[in-house]
Amino acid sequence: MTRYILSRIGQALLVLWAAFTLSFLLLQAMPGDAVLIKFLNPDYGLSPEQIQAIREAYAVDGTLLTQYLKTLANFLKGDFGYSIQAGVPVSAQLAVNLPPTLMLAALGFAAAVGLAVLIAALSSLAPFAWLRNLVQSIPSLFVSVPVFWLGIMLIQIFSFRLKLVSVINPGPWESLVLPVATLSVPIAAPLAQILIRSIDEIRTRPFIAVAVAKGATQRRILWRHVAGNAILPALTIAGVLFGELIAGAVVTETVFGLNGIGVLTEKAVGNQDLSVLQAVVVISAAAFVTINLLVDLLYPILDPRLRTPSGATA
Amino acid sequence: MSANTTPILEIRNLSISYGEGEARTRVVHDVSFSVAPGEVLALVGESGSGKTTTAQSVLGLLSGSGHIDAGSIHLNGEDISRWTEKRLRGIRGPVVSLIPQDPSNSLNPVLSVGAQVREILEIHGRLNRAEADRRVIELLTQVGLSEPELRAKQYPHELSGGMKQRVLIAIAIALKPALIIADEPTSALDVTVQRRILDLIDDLRRAYGTSLLLVTHDLGVAADRSDRLVVLQNGRIQEQGPTAEVLATPQSAYTRKLLSDAPSLAVRSARPAIDANSKPLVTVEGLSLDFGLPGGRRFRAVDNVSFTVRKGTTHAIVGESGSGKTTTIRAIAGFQKATGGTIHVGDTDVAGLSSRTLRPFRRKIQLVYQNPWGSLDPRQTIFSIVEEPLLNFDPLPKAERSQRVEAIIERVGLPTSVLSRLPHALSGGQRQRVAIARALILEPEVVVLDEAVSALDVTVQAQILALLGELQRDLGLTYIFVSHDLAVVRQIADTVSVLQNGRQVDYGPVAQIFESPASDYTRELIEAVPGRTFPHHLHLAAQTAGQGS
Repeated sequence: MTRYILSRIGQALLVLWAAFTLSFLLLQAMPGDAVLIKFLNPDYGLSPEQIQAIREAYAVDGTLLTQYLKTLANFLKGDFGYSIQAGVPVSAQLAVNLPPTLMLAALGFAAAVGLAVLIAALSSLAPFAWLRNLVQSIPSLFVSVPVFWLGIMLIQIFSFRLKLVSVINPGPWESLVLPVATLSVPIAAPLAQILIRSIDEIRTRPFIAVAVAKGATQRRILWRHVAGNAILPALTIAGVLFGELIAGAVVTETVFGLNGIGVLTEKAVGNQDLSVLQAVVVISAAAFVTINLLVDLLYPILDPRLRTPSGATA
Repeated sequence: MSANTTPILEIRNLSISYGEGEARTRVVHDVSFSVAPGEVLALVGESGSGKTTTAQSVLGLLSGSGHIDAGSIHLNGEDISRWTEKRLRGIRGPVVSLIPQDPSNSLNPVLSVGAQVREILEIHGRLNRAEADRRVIELLTQVGLSEPELRAKQYPHELSGGMKQRVLIAIAIALKPALIIADEPTSALDVTVQRRILDLIDDLRRAYGTSLLLVTHDLGVAADRSDRLVVLQNGRIQEQGPTAEVLATPQSAYTRKLLSDAPSLAVRSARPAIDANSKPLVTVEGLSLDFGLPGGRRFRAVDNVSFTVRKGTTHAIVGESGSGKTTTIRAIAGFQKATGGTIHVGDTDVAGLSSRTLRPFRRKIQLVYQNPWGSLDPRQTIFSIVEEPLLNFDPLPKAERSQRVEAIIERVGLPTSVLSRLPHALSGGQRQRVAIARALILEPEVVVLDEAVSALDVTVQAQILALLGELQRDLGLTYIFVSHDLAVVRQIADTVSVLQNGRQVDYGPVAQIFESPASDYTRELIEAVPGRTFPHHLHLAAQTAGQGS
């Protein structure tokens, strides 16, 4: 068991290092750099010699290897470097922009899981075939809705028409309602699909017939026998969908004007602000890796068959 | 049974159909029978006979679109056929319970064994937690599980098939129901385990005076274990009556056919003696095969097995799951490298084959697998399935390929019209014929049959066995026949190896092994074959009549 945990953690660290290295190489391969973009601006009126001096100060020169090692060492110490465009440490920017995104992502994910379970449970308990079919078509509808369109529609309907959620000076929670809703929809859809499919599959298993023969109610069968088994494939997908969540958060923040990582990334891309981009990539990778590590560690808790890897006998 | 006791279960004119509207098909027609207190009634029939559907209806367990069209199901004198789910839940467990078919899939893999036994007590329970826990241990002890406290904490995957079936029996008897429905309770188990489980059900049933509705395809099991017999075919009752009577003097032609096809009951016609001049074709000497386990340990799957198969004969490899029989044939067919020992097929040393010489070797030896549903690609036509092996070897002109495919398909007793169809349009028996045709098209010398008839109904099984015998005579084929079913082996094999835990515990001519087995294990296997109580001498006339049809 300890071996399993250690190997998973080791893999997670390896993925993180690979994400750092790859993004570093790709970012370095881009033509031009942030210093040139900022200081070649005629407004500054700097001479080539002065620009060269600034370049040296920001340490953007030097061989690729020395830069790589230096940046890696700094990252390991928790120093993400300076944002050239804003002229402040990247960590200061992250301190401002990370919490809203984390909040949005966490709530969006929770809402997506809730929504998916709700759809799956409705579809499973629906007393009529037509209702069941209707509920089962919801995920395909959800998947085909673009996030930016959904966000705008939600603002239009709930804020401007129904005036339920205020857009001007909303409270801290109120401001999150619509973005979370927008973000959760495309995540909930595939999750619900997987859940519905695995619930249907589990229901045909012989042990369900045995449970019925014990006199169990439909509710008991769904929660005690089906849920525990149906959740396993959904869990894997949930980990993968987290990547989608990060991408979705960028669009959602833009639509709702939230000052999060998405906005920070968008600006950094425009300005080739490499330190910021590098930090964003590593943080996203870290979030992704952590979620999947949690999924891996959750598996043996939910599925006893994974607790004793070689103990099974026929 | 005295005639005036009220039956526990009385089914009258029951008709059941599946599907809605136009697609509706009736699978049970006008079925009537009853089960007296303490009686064992066997519901016998082949797949599609409606036996499982009939049994499920008693529990209100009809799946999805199943619907009772007419008739009544009286349980303890009350008609339950129109009861609501809620009322039915009240009797499932305390009045009628289920022992299911497939123990490996009939326990929830994520709940502990104890929790699953306790559940039936919780649902109907008036027991508190501590009492229920005590009762769980009591039940697990009663069904003969060692270390019941440990078993209660274990999960299904940590138990063997037989142990799982014991747990399911514990659940079924937990509330001392008046009627237990056992739906093919042992068809997924090894023969010695099957016998122990059937003995257990018998003992517990007697102790509680419980009635048993035993659903089975195996006439041998029905003959040994039931008081009365109901024979179903295509959803209609063909015949019913006291078991001994039905078996001794079967009234319907269908029952006679079932009796003559059942290998465990059939009269044995002696196989011609092996021609002493025939050359050994397959020689296995001191074969051993190890598998690596995590942590560097090694597991010996096959340990020092030796046998010879003469040309034109059938050698059977018999054993229970985990005995190494499949590993042995995989080594012979060149799929697995032996750790020790030698295998010769003709002049070829199988161990010495390189990847280049292995391919021509495959022409000589072909396999037919157990599951005719899984071994054929569902998206290829029968023609391309049978043709495919030809494409892998010497290029033949298309016309000649078609000719050979058609010839072999007719040889295995199928019309050439099946060639354009897909596997799903064929029955299990037809598919197994296709699998045999695919094996034969390369004109191999040796055909390895891996449980090739185990998944088939008895009448289909008898047809396939007859076909295999015919092909062997006409084409001079040599068979290696892997099976867990000693009755079939006795019918068709010349020599036999009995494997236990990778070791060969018996080897020799079939007649000799069956008459005087050298090992206790083989004796136990032979004694476990169901149908031993069957009165063979009584109905020779019926048998010959059945064979004539």
